[in-house]
Parts: sequence; C-alpha cells; structure tokens
Amino acid sequence: MNRTTFLSMASATAMLAAGAVQAADVPDGVTLADNQTFSYRELDQFASIDPQLIEGVPGSHAARQLFEGLMNQDENGDLVPGVATGFEVNDDNTVYTFTLRDNARWSNGEPVTAGDFVYAWRRAADPATASSYAWFVELSGIVNAAEIIAGEMEPDALGVEAVDATTLRVTLTGPKPYFPLMTTHTTLFPTPQATIEEHDDNWLDPENIVSNGAYTLSEVSLNEFWSATKNPEYWDAENTVIEEVTSYVINDTSQALTRWEAGEFDLLEPVPAGTFPRLQEEYPDAAHSTPRLCSYYYTLNQGEGGPEALKDARVRRALGLAIDREIITDRILQGGQTPAFSFTPDATSGFSAPEIEYAGWTQAERDEEAKRLWDEVGYTDVNLDLLYNTDESHRQIATVISQMWSQKLGVETTLENQEWSTYLETRRAGGFDVARAAWCGDYNEASTFLDLLTTGVPQNSGKFSNEEYDNLIASATTAENPQEAYTAAEQVLAQEMPIIPIYHYANSFLLDPTLKGFPMNNVENNWYVKDFYRVAED
Amino acid sequence: MTSYILRRLLVAVPTLLALIVLSFLLMEFAPGSPFATERGIPEAVMANLEREYGLDRPLWERMATYVWGVVTQFDFGPSFTFPDRSVNDIIAQGFPVTLTYGFWSFVVAVVVGVTLGAVAAIKHNSALDYAAVGVTVGAQVLPNFVMAPILVLIFTLWLGWLPGGGWRGGQVEYVVLPVIALSTSYMASIARITRSSMLDVLNAGFVRTARAKGLPAHRVILRHALKPALLPVVSYLGPAFVGMITGSVVIDVFFSTGGIGQFFVNAALARDYSVILGITILFGALTIFFNLLVDVAYAWIDPKIRY
Amino acid sequence: MADATIDTAGLPQGKARSLWADARRRFLRNRAAMASAVVLVLVLLFAAFGQYLNQWSNEEIDWEMLGMIPEIGGPSLSNGHYFGVDETGRDLFQRTVQGTRISLAVGIVGALIAVLVGTAYGAVAGYVGGRTDNVMMRFVDLMMSIPYMFVLILLLVIFSRSIVMLFVGIGLISWLDMARIARGQTLSIKNADYVEAARAIGVSGGTIIRRHIVPNLLGVIIVYATLLVPQMIIFESFISFLGLGVQEPSTSWGALINQGAANMRNGTPWMLGFPLFFFVVTLFALFFLGDGLRDALDPKDR
Repeated sequence: MNRTTFLSMASATAMLAAGAVQAADVPDGVTLADNQTFSYRELDQFASIDPQLIEGVPGSHAARQLFEGLMNQDENGDLVPGVATGFEVNDDNTVYTFTLRDNARWSNGEPVTAGDFVYAWRRAADPATASSYAWFVELSGIVNAAEIIAGEMEPDALGVEAVDATTLRVTLTGPKPYFPLMTTHTTLFPTPQATIEEHDDNWLDPENIVSNGAYTLSEVSLNEFWSATKNPEYWDAENTVIEEVTSYVINDTSQALTRWEAGEFDLLEPVPAGTFPRLQEEYPDAAHSTPRLCSYYYTLNQGEGGPEALKDARVRRALGLAIDREIITDRILQGGQTPAFSFTPDATSGFSAPEIEYAGWTQAERDEEAKRLWDEVGYTDVNLDLLYNTDESHRQIATVISQMWSQKLGVETTLENQEWSTYLETRRAGGFDVARAAWCGDYNEASTFLDLLTTGVPQNSGKFSNEEYDNLIASATTAENPQEAYTAAEQVLAQEMPIIPIYHYANSFLLDPTLKGFPMNNVENNWYVKDFYRVAED
Repeated sequence: MTSYILRRLLVAVPTLLALIVLSFLLMEFAPGSPFATERGIPEAVMANLEREYGLDRPLWERMATYVWGVVTQFDFGPSFTFPDRSVNDIIAQGFPVTLTYGFWSFVVAVVVGVTLGAVAAIKHNSALDYAAVGVTVGAQVLPNFVMAPILVLIFTLWLGWLPGGGWRGGQVEYVVLPVIALSTSYMASIARITRSSMLDVLNAGFVRTARAKGLPAHRVILRHALKPALLPVVSYLGPAFVGMITGSVVIDVFFSTGGIGQFFVNAALARDYSVILGITILFGALTIFFNLLVDVAYAWIDPKIRY
Repeated sequence: MADATIDTAGLPQGKARSLWADARRRFLRNRAAMASAVVLVLVLLFAAFGQYLNQWSNEEIDWEMLGMIPEIGGPSLSNGHYFGVDETGRDLFQRTVQGTRISLAVGIVGALIAVLVGTAYGAVAGYVGGRTDNVMMRFVDLMMSIPYMFVLILLLVIFSRSIVMLFVGIGLISWLDMARIARGQTLSIKNADYVEAARAIGVSGGTIIRRHIVPNLLGVIIVYATLLVPQMIIFESFISFLGLGVQEPSTSWGALINQGAANMRNGTPWMLGFPLFFFVVTLFALFFLGDGLRDALDPKDR
C-alpha cells in the first residue's frame, strides 16, 4: 500500500500553479530591464562540471544552471519539482518512485528519460569513474551502492531502475525519509550517455556538451570565467527570463569587492571578513546576510595523539565555556553570524535546538563556571597546539580565542597555521590538540551534522566516542520522529563537549538591487538562475 | 659556436631528467593528498581514486611510466584536481596567457629600465639622476601585492578606464594593468644595474680615451659605452624573464588572468602532482633555454669570452 | 691603474692612499648615503628598544576596541596605542616593532647566505672554467629550474614552519642569481691584463680568486647585495602573502602590510600606513646606502 507523502502532495499542488514556483516569478506591473544577464563571482575555478565528478561549491553552482535533477529547491529550500513532477514512497520509506515529466529534453532535443538517471547514478558509484563523490551514492542509502564502490558488485546491481521512460524506482537499504532532498545534490543529476561515450573526457567542452538545465555552456576559460546561454530546449524555457549567465573566478576577496563596486558583476558572496558593516551602510539595497547550513567549531583531540587534559570532560567544558562567542560573531566577523551552542544549526529543517543550559547564561556566569571547573580539575601549565588552515578569519578567531583561554584559564596556546592539504593531513592523523573545523550540511537534515561525531567516522578527528550518543543517532534512522533523538544527542554534546561549537554561518553577500528572485531563505545556498529576473532601473 | 649550442642542448636532456626525479622525490615527501577534502573520503573511494591515477604503484614505476609518456607522446598525464582535463590542456590554456603578459612586461622592463639607467648614469649626480634613482627605488620597494589592488582601485573603480581583471583572449585593456604590476620591480632592477655598470664603463680607460679624442658624447656612449655596460644587465635578463613567468603568481591571483602561475600555486597547494610536474618541467626547459640565450648574447657582446 | 694591482705589486702601503680610507672619505661625503645610514640606525634602535615604549605587548588584545576599531582603534597617545590597533585589537606599535625585527633578520641573514655562497661559487666556476664551470653552472640551472615557490612550500611544510627554515629556504634559493652574476663578471675579469700577469708569475688559482677576482667583483656584489636585502624582505612578504610566513603571534612587515592592504577600504588606514612606512623607509635607506657604498668602494670613480 503506497502513501503519498506530504512533500509530494505539496509538489503536486505546486505543479498545478504552473510557472508560479518553478521559474522566474515576475509580479505584474514590474518593468523588466532590457539587459537580462546575470554574473557572479566565484572564489575558485571549478574542478569539473561533470555532475558525477563535481566536488566543491563552484562546480555545483555551475551545474545547477546547466543540469537539472529530479527535484529542485525553492527560495526557502523546500522541494519543488524538477525533472520529476512528484514521487511516491512505500510505508517504511525504503522504496521511492519518481514520475518524470514527459516534456523534459536534453539540449540536443532528445527526451530526458528515467534511463538517463539510472545511467548517471551507476556511473557515480562505478569505481571506473573514480568519482571522489561516490560516497554520496552510498550516503543516500541506495541498495548495493557500498558494494559497487568497493568493487564487489557490478554497477548495474545498483538499486535503481527505469520502470518505463518516465518512471524511476529507487530502492534503499533502510528507511530514509529525507531521500528526495538528496536528489537536489549534483551527484544525482542525470548525464547523457551517448554524448559521454562519444567524446569521453571532452564531453564537457562547450562544443560537445549536452545538458538538460535551463542554460547551456558557451565558453570556459579556466581560472578566468565561464558563461552560459539560455537553453531553448529546456522544458520551462518560456518562463526563464535571464538570457545569459557569466561567472568570474576571482581569488582575492578584496579585489573581488573592488570589482563588484566598479559594477563588473552582480553577485559577490561572501564579502571580505569584517567589511559587512561598512557595506551595509554604503549599499543598503545590495548588502544581505542570510543564515547558512554550516557550523564553525573547534575539535578537541581525545584520541591517542591528544593531551591527557582533554580526555577530561570538565576540561573540555571549561574551554568551551570560556569562549565568548558574541565577541567573535558581533565584533570580529560582523556579518550576521550567530553564536553556536549546538552543533546542528538552528536553521536546519525540522530541527529544534535543545534547551542548552549554558546558552542562557551571561558570559560572566560562563566564565565563572569555567574557572570553577578548571580549579576543580587542578591542571596547571597546560599548553595546547591550536591547528587552523591558512585564512584571514580563521587567524583572527584563533588569535582571539587563544587570548580568552590564556586570560581566563591560564591556558597557553601555540597557534599552528598550515596550508589546506597539510592541515587536512595533520587533522586526519590526529596531530593536534585543538583543531579548527567547519561543516556544511550535505542535505537539510540534522543527521548530516550529528553523524559526524559517532564512533569511528573518519570526520570525527577528535576521536570522540560515547555509547549513549551512538545509540541515539542509530535510533534516529528508524524513529518515527527522529527530531527527539537529535535533540537528546545535542544534550550529550553540550555535557561532554567533544567539540566546541563557535558560530553558525551566515552568507553575507552583495547583490545588484535590480536583480530579483534570489532565494534569500535557502540555507544551503542553492540557487537557480532560471528563477531570477532583472528589473529596469527607475 | 654552433657546436657549443648543440652541446648545451644535449646537456639539457639529463638536466630535465634530473629535475623530474628531484620533483618526484620532493612530492613523495610532501604531506597531504590530492584527494583530501574536509569530509575525509571513505577508504574504498580513496582506493578507487588512487588506482585510477596509478598512485598505488611503486615510485620507480610511476616515474618510469611518466618519463616514457613525456618522451614518446609528449603526454604529461591527467590532472588530479581537474578530472576531465589533462596537464597538456592546462598548459595549453595558461601558458600563452603568461607568455603574452610576460613578454610585454619584459619589453617594458628592458626598454624603460635601460633608458632610465643609462640616462641616470650619463647625468650622474644631477637632479635627473636623483629623480631616476628615487623612482626606481620607489618602484622596487612597493610590493606588487600592494600595487595590484591600488592599480585596480584607481583605474577600475575611480577612473573606470580599465577592467579590474580577466583576460578575454588578451585584449589590450586587459593586458595593461598586469603588465604594469609585473614589470615595475624588474624595470627598477634593470635600471639600477644599468646605471651602476654604465658608471663603471664611463669611467673606464677606453671611454675616457674616446672622450679625450673629442668624439661627441652620444657617439661615445652608443658606440663604446652602452654595449659593455649591458653585460651585467644581460646576465640578469635570463633570471628576470623566468622570474616574471613564475612571478605571475601574484598577477594571476589579483587579475584573474588564467595564467600558469595560478595553476601552479593551486596545484602545489592541492598536491596536484601531475600539474606540478608538468609546469616544473616547462619552467625548467624555459630556464635552460633562456640561460643559453644569455650566454650566447654574452659571447656576442664580449668577443673576449671564449667557449 | 687600480689599487688592487698596486697592492699585489707589493709596494709599501703608505705610498698609495688606502682603498678603505678613500672609501670612507667618499662615503662620508655622500649626503644621501649618510642620511640613509642614520635612518637605518634609527630603525634598528626602534626594533631593539621599541618594546619598552608603551604598556602593551604584541599579543594582548584590547577588548574595549574590538568591534569598533574603525571608530576608536586609531593612533592615540593617550591610550598608548601610538600606531592604533590591528583588526583583532592588538597594539600595532608593538606588532610593528616585532615585525621589524623579523623582517630585518630575514633580510640580512638571507642576503648574507646568498652573497657568501653565490660569490664564492660563481667566482670559482667562472675562474676555473671548462668542464668544472660547465658542471657547476648546469647545477645552478638545475636548481633554478625548480620553481622556488614549490621548494619553499615544501620546505616550510615538511620541516614545519619556523623562522630558521625561512632563512635557509630563502638563502638556498637566492644564491643562484648571485652565482650567475659573479660568474658572468669573473668571465670578463679573468681575461684582464692584471689577472693574466698574476697567472704568468705563478700565483695560485685560489689566491687569484681571493685577491683579484673577488675584490673586483665587490662593486657589483655590493650593488647586488643591497638589492638583495630588500629583495629578501620583499620575498618574505610574498611568502606571508601566500600565508606561509611566520606563525602567529609573531609577525613581519609582509604579514602586517598584507593584513593592512586587506583592510585598505575599511576605514583603518593606519593598519597599512605604519607597517608600509617602515617597510618603504627602510628599503629606501638600504638602496641609497648601497649606492653610496658602491660609489665609495669603486676605486675607478675619482
């Protein structure tokens, strides 16, 4: 017996109001500008725009314009139909059946079929593709994904099948109520088999590429820019307003800001650290700050390489309490970030932060408790190595926190900044006492954060291991209401303090005021240029 | 002379081989992996990646395969960080850019530098000399990572004359700022070296004699003084040109030109072994070539040098 | 005729004016060079004793300032922040003092390594010539064709970051240019009459290099070395720009300027101004000092 989920019902309703949600929603009476282009700055060159190979933000921003997955997100980050018009799920959340729209076409005019998704997903898991994002297929819980990645099974054993051209059935190893959310991730976008087989590694060159998004790639110059133009074959092309998208690679953030101010492009995210107050004053119509699904935290090493002191929960708690988060968010970063007392950001969908006792205290009370705990333990002469990767704001935060610890607890810290690759290696090998870390959700659900601190997960570099916590997280996957388990798990973290949450990210950015339709409430920072439009200046 | 050049070119081969071996060893010792991410890739996925790029094989085998590929097919292998690009693709895109603005910087640096230096020396201890010295010192003192943002501030934001970055196939307005930022300090070095050696030459016996004979000053300078005075400048040119091409790092970062410097820094930071190797070999070959050029120029200017 | 020749001819010193006495006389007459020397002494004094001039340390944060730095973090005599505070509220005066120390040390030690190693190497290669020259210069080519960026990143990464590593790394790379220049000069000097004469009367190779070649290289070496100290300082700043410089809370001019430049448009001009001022003034002084020394030491310039 199948039941239609609330989500897909919402989607079905959305579908009826065709055009209202899926494409640029231009209100009546608005004069559109003659020039319908959109340009934005990207920090780094994308490594690839092959959906199955994409790693990192620049690639996924680009792929979201060029390709389209089963589902999309609207301005609030909620699901709306993409290539699929909706889906059905069985009672225990293990079998999903997506219905594809019959008018979806590739840029060469061929229809987008369920088979294209089957091909793409198998390709992502196939060891021969050597995708560094193969783990995403495993994470999504599709049957046999792990075995295929490990080379124990053939890719065609993957639990996804094309029932017919417009029906895609996915079988999961266990219940995963948030699976449809994961289909908005680029790894699960469709790719054109014929084109890939014909051109091999060159299939993404502008002259070869075949894609199914609202735009098609027209030019790529590595480390400089790429541009795309409107795809006339896109199923909703008539409601797509922006004609051309250009993305500039500008490494230096200050330089990017100067060029934005000179009017060279529309969107600059993020703005340089510490500039937001000035920009808000100077460009009140253009400066925005919206919450992001990311947490900034310090990992405390409780493993073999870590110092004895950090194995004591009271020490960890004292260190956590002594950090005045408001100084960091309000006086250093000043970009709308919020102090963090839980690992999972409040902005996470469905997540309600627990009542964390110390979050309600004043900083003076926290300091007092920190000193009390510290005296109780009685450590003197503690010297901690604080590891962070080379970056201006990491440096500032580390500087301030080391001073807080030294003045309040007498803990000395040695700052150790390493460039990215070395930092990752050092952190992975446990060669630190305290390490800066950050995490952005892979999908909008608390487990993307909380899973990280379970025993034995590679990202748990502080080697935190707590039975109660592990059990809570394990129970959440099958629970009717997993949110209770998540809240309880956060309580354990607040007591044990294996990591010190410092702040939840905000995306502070500058957007040309004539550009409308930008999703201000999408905490995953996923945007679709097809939803944008530019109004004429008054 | 021809046999000398041939001999030097022959020596270049083992030099480049040694360079490859050295680079391979250095990378072997460097911590970090090209595939590392914040997330930490699961072991099975990592194993697939390492197999794909041959990192599971022993060092000597990788080295041999690499050298074989380079020698027989001129194939520098696939990039580790750009999964659908080869090192050849990357060099083909980035190197012409660097070469273009490197060449113009070189021309500007040499022409302006030599002129400024020679004039300063000829008018030794005059106001002109002091002005030239002041300008060159100033030009050399301002780091280009301070100069680049200031240039953009002035010419892009305030005056609106030039774009603040990009390349667009090397259109003139995109080349101007990178050339200014890159050439200034080399121009200053060349001017200082020219001035210094010109002063030496002007005081040397043969120039004094020529002057004493009553030859007009400009003829003395052009026919007798300039050529020997350029010797130290010439020896600086080889390293200067290679320096400009490696120095493109700052230019690429600030002006988003898409040049080779940016690729190199990114590759080094991301441990993209094959891109590092490819660019290293490219730089190596260039250095060898320009040093040879310098030595030939030396012999041409100073016939007393024997090879 | 050059003093050096008179010297080897074994004539009594008194008859010729001594090279160094002459040099000193000429140097003292050069106003720009003397002024530069004074400036450098002042900078050295600043680096040595600056830390005693106010009540702050280079790592202490002035919490009052945080969050309002553009408004109240500027230079002030009353609160002791003579140069204002940096973007984390630390006293910029003390940070400049500390940066000055590191940068000067890097510049001087780096240049010293480069000059000593480079001159000796280049002079020997150029003088001996033939196969030895070829082998030695091919080695330099080889070293030079390794992109220095990568070598430095590797050195700083493998041996963990430290000031000593910075010296070694910079010194190791920068002697190469010196070697090439020294060799180039040697090549033209070694055919000079006085060298041929010395060789004819049986003076050994080592002595000729020491007594004739190196002294005659001195002019070029000094000019180059004075280019080199600031180059080392600039080089260090480049490394700081890449984020591979000294570890916090230590700092250097490069790091300070870089941070100042990043805050160029945030209404905190002192963050760039003061470090850049010290940087520029010192480098100017070094350049003029070098010029003065060149003029003074060049025996031909009468």
